[in-house]
Amino acid sequence: MRISLSWLRELVDVPDDQSGRDVAGHLIAAGLEVETVESVGEGLIGPIVVGEVLGIEELTEFKKPIRWCQVDMGGGSPRGIICGARNFTEGDLVVVAPPGTTLPGEFTITARETYGHVSDGMICSERELGLGDDHGGIIVLAPGAAVPGADAADILGIGDEVLDIAITPDRGYALSARGIAREVAIAYELSFADPADRPETLPAPADERAPAHCASDDLDACPLFTLRTITGIDPSRPTPQWMVNRLRDSGMRSVSLAVDITNYVMLELGQPLHAFDLDTLQGTVRAGRADPGEKLETIDHVERVLDVTDLTIRDDRGPIGLAGTMGGAQTEIGDATTNIALEAAFFAPDVVARMGRRHKLSSEASRRFERGIDRALAPIASARGAQLLVELAGGTYQGMTAVEAPMPDRAIEFAPDLPARVAGMEIPEGTTRAKLEAIGCVIEEQGNTFLVTPPTWRPDLTDPADLVEEVVRLVGYATLPSTLPTAPAGHGLTHAQRLRRRIGTVLAARGLIEVLTYPFTSDADADSLRWADDDPRRTSPRLANPLSDEQPKLRAALLPTLLAAAQRNIGRGAEDIALFEMGSVFQGTAGSSNPPRPGVTDRPTDEQWQQLQGLLPNQPAHLAAVWCGNEIAKGWQGPARAFTWADANEAAQVIGDALGIEVTSVTGADPSFHPGRCAQLLVGGTPIGVAGELHPAVTEAWGLPARACAMELDASALITASPEVRRAPDFSAHPVAKEDIALVVPATVTAAELRQAIMDGAGELLEDVALFDVYTGDQVPDGHRSLAFALRLRARDRTLSAEEIAKARQGALEVAEQRCGARLR
Amino acid sequence: MSGPNTEFDPKQVAALNPAAIDEMVEAAATDIAAAADLDALKAAKVAHAGDRAPLALANREIGALPPAAKAEAGKRVGQARAQVKQALEEREVVLLRERDEQVLRSEAVDVTLPARRVPLGGRHPLTTLMERMADVFISMGYDIAEGPEVEAEWANFDALNVPPDHPARTMQDTFYVESAESGVVLRTQTSPIQIRAMLERPLPIYVVAPGRVYRTDELDATHTPVFHQIEGLAVDEGLTMADLKGTLDHLATQMFGAGIVTRLRPSYFPFTEPSAEVDLECFVCLGDSVGDPTRPCRTCGSEGWIEWGGCGMVNPRVLQAVGIDTDRYRGFAFGMGIERTLMFRNGVTDMRDMVEGDVRFTRAFGVDA
Repeated sequence: MRISLSWLRELVDVPDDQSGRDVAGHLIAAGLEVETVESVGEGLIGPIVVGEVLGIEELTEFKKPIRWCQVDMGGGSPRGIICGARNFTEGDLVVVAPPGTTLPGEFTITARETYGHVSDGMICSERELGLGDDHGGIIVLAPGAAVPGADAADILGIGDEVLDIAITPDRGYALSARGIAREVAIAYELSFADPADRPETLPAPADERAPAHCASDDLDACPLFTLRTITGIDPSRPTPQWMVNRLRDSGMRSVSLAVDITNYVMLELGQPLHAFDLDTLQGTVRAGRADPGEKLETIDHVERVLDVTDLTIRDDRGPIGLAGTMGGAQTEIGDATTNIALEAAFFAPDVVARMGRRHKLSSEASRRFERGIDRALAPIASARGAQLLVELAGGTYQGMTAVEAPMPDRAIEFAPDLPARVAGMEIPEGTTRAKLEAIGCVIEEQGNTFLVTPPTWRPDLTDPADLVEEVVRLVGYATLPSTLPTAPAGHGLTHAQRLRRRIGTVLAARGLIEVLTYPFTSDADADSLRWADDDPRRTSPRLANPLSDEQPKLRAALLPTLLAAAQRNIGRGAEDIALFEMGSVFQGTAGSSNPPRPGVTDRPTDEQWQQLQGLLPNQPAHLAAVWCGNEIAKGWQGPARAFTWADANEAAQVIGDALGIEVTSVTGADPSFHPGRCAQLLVGGTPIGVAGELHPAVTEAWGLPARACAMELDASALITASPEVRRAPDFSAHPVAKEDIALVVPATVTAAELRQAIMDGAGELLEDVALFDVYTGDQVPDGHRSLAFALRLRARDRTLSAEEIAKARQGALEVAEQRCGARLR
Repeated sequence: MSGPNTEFDPKQVAALNPAAIDEMVEAAATDIAAAADLDALKAAKVAHAGDRAPLALANREIGALPPAAKAEAGKRVGQARAQVKQALEEREVVLLRERDEQVLRSEAVDVTLPARRVPLGGRHPLTTLMERMADVFISMGYDIAEGPEVEAEWANFDALNVPPDHPARTMQDTFYVESAESGVVLRTQTSPIQIRAMLERPLPIYVVAPGRVYRTDELDATHTPVFHQIEGLAVDEGLTMADLKGTLDHLATQMFGAGIVTRLRPSYFPFTEPSAEVDLECFVCLGDSVGDPTRPCRTCGSEGWIEWGGCGMVNPRVLQAVGIDTDRYRGFAFGMGIERTLMFRNGVTDMRDMVEGDVRFTRAFGVDA
């Protein structure tokens, strides 16, 4: 809500020395978020003057039509001014910046030759004067608004200040001059004359014509509906400049006098009004639900298909408006309208909000109804509107019809010491009473409690906590003391929380860099990763309103978004990169066509809570990494060392080490990976991920260098498998016996299989076995390779004898031969 | 080899001549001292302590001496040989050390050659900052609570006192999981973790919940549709707004240093009542840019204050929705943007740097923020 300081000053007697910023400071402390304070026409230096256009010569020899105008600026001979605008005629009053005046944007006017004439000044538009965005033409003042030569700055309200206030959803009353002025008065502890309490100056109905009749078919959605009839307005009358200025400062454009009056009253009091062209109405004007499928063309010329949840304004022919949101085109007032039916009503906030959402439609009126307007205001505001139509537009008031449901009782039982207890500081009961009365509450004492009836314009005040906020904010949050509560002894990080931190640190220590990517992906990403049609990673929740239609799905794996991050780095010139991400993935489907909606007045049952959990997809944390280029660049220490599939495996295993879990690799077959260089990662025989070199088609599709490698695993599963307590090791102090064996096996036998065979065969004396050489070549038959292992043997309680060592070695050889066809090289 | 001197050849017996023995020792000492390396020392050893060395020959003569002379000569020669042996050993120690030092000297390298082959990677500063903020609360006895990013609409809105048609729902530009009536959203705030904590934990509750949240903003220098918050919730008997203020003051001091000034400003959130925004005094201009067009401040937009987060006393309606006795318990809650905190605290000027995953950004932070 934008409002000028001069308007506020009209309603509250703010001390003269208070600037817009001072007032803003008071309002901010009271909880109205003043975002900016602007000066009207800031940057304008020097006079601007009212001029009367005496003559216009159309210059047609140029690319665009240009006017050579003779302008009377009061005294002296008329000035010749070149102007490109066309929205004025001879006799109009315009605003001229004479030579020497500087316009906002540091543009100084000079008398200069242009289009074959010396232009002695400039006829200004709103935008040129920094008054608004309107550059559709120059400013034309109302006839008789001033005499030529008058100071135009004064007439246009230049130098006034405008406060732009972001109104929170609870403070609908502050979407009006009335509401903001009340807050200013409270903040400055000044008396406040509520403009809604002004004595009515509307003349008695002329009784020339029966007023239009109104009704409400849904008293819950529309408990108050009024319709005043005004006839014989003069559509040619202009809007007075003071009203144009106020509308402009509040961000609204002057349209026509009748429309301007409805907008002005809305800004002034907070009650939206709607003016119908009375002559287009047929029968009773009623508020009622739409019939499904009904159609209505609104004044923005969109044909809207209505639903039974829509609250409409209707006459005998059908819908003529969306209640509190937008009127219909058919009954809109226009240039020729002389008879008006002026609607002022109360529409239920939730009804208007739902309608606005359904039609993706928001208006100045709906913003106010959604937040809740003053339940008692409609007849007062419509009287004000009618009075202005009579006074300014020359209309004749013909009377009002109205329908109203009883006003609900809103009294709140309130313990007077509650604000002090909640705030944690002393607030005397008298202060509590004074603050509540200042905002308009009526207090009835009942023993030790207050029975507080909030004012009609504060529908947000429903609970004691709401009243506490009012009292404490007006006492001032700045006065709150600063204390610390004593929490019970805590538990520190959970095992899982510790491990997640550790995983990040371990990977960073190994040179990887963490990224946090958006979890949005697409079927096209899945295609580029070569996932099969039935790959479970294709099944993930889809967004109803994605930011981009190209990324409508949530990721079920990290690789798609991580590879995109790698690609972005490559695109920016990085060559050797190792990235990792740990984050949620979203597997399976989510939601329901009829989701449970437990109430909110008591704890949901365990069953209800379980049902709500059932709506959610599986959301484990995954860990993924990608490696491109070299781990070690070529340098003085030697040649480059490229990242390989082994780095991906190693990272997974090191993470396992960090978590106290053995991660093993077996031959894998993930479609995103090189078919011969892909490991499935296992923990205790359960697959938890994949590692290896990416498939060439994948690196190509994602713009990554050839031989890029990657790893992805289920971090949640890994963390679950991690022991919370590590057992102390049991090791022997007796000497170690070392045995090396080189075994020739068919190439199809994996190192892991052969190693397992050695372990099983060597028995419990085997302390460790490590592969130290892989050989293929002349020394072994085709289709075979030699794998050499170093065995370390040791007993818990004795030095091993030569026989024991030989037996263990022999055992290893035998099992390796049986299982893997190994023979000693 | 040695034996009695059977030849009768009355020549001068060295072993009986102290001056001759001294001379031998002196000659040995001179050669040993002059030995420049271990080879020279070896030669000196052969010459003065070897089998054919003068002292060895003198020693041999002793056997042939009359018994009366034997003792004295034996003592003299023995001492002389011991002296030479000691000189040899001492010199050898020196030369060995010199040789070893020479070897090390010859192995010298240019230690300024670039040593780093695999530089330290980096953790994302948002991650480490979240940990840091969480640790402030851990030290105060809070636990860390968690919740899912794809959340039931009920927990994200209904239970937080945001009824279905409340303007607050549109205020937050929610991502809905298909369809829009599925009852599932990407959480717009970490506040649903409050609901989970209150449903799942015993009272009193003191938790913080760092996490990722989503709103349908387009990415630009100051907005991102995916961002992070840290939520705090305390539910206990007798909690006050002063407690909330003290807690936030403590966090601000831990994040920004002892000089930081905070302000609570009345605001609105459906799930807190009373509600407030927490502002930080702009630590770039310290408020001096306000109303002074000659000193615009980019950090605070010349407003003097920077919005840090939202907070308030837990709305009793929220406590009701999770079955907590509102006569006995009160709560306070707060939520801060991690991105904003990082921007203010670490001087990040463009939100996009935090989301694009450029390694140059994260590497600069190493493993801390």
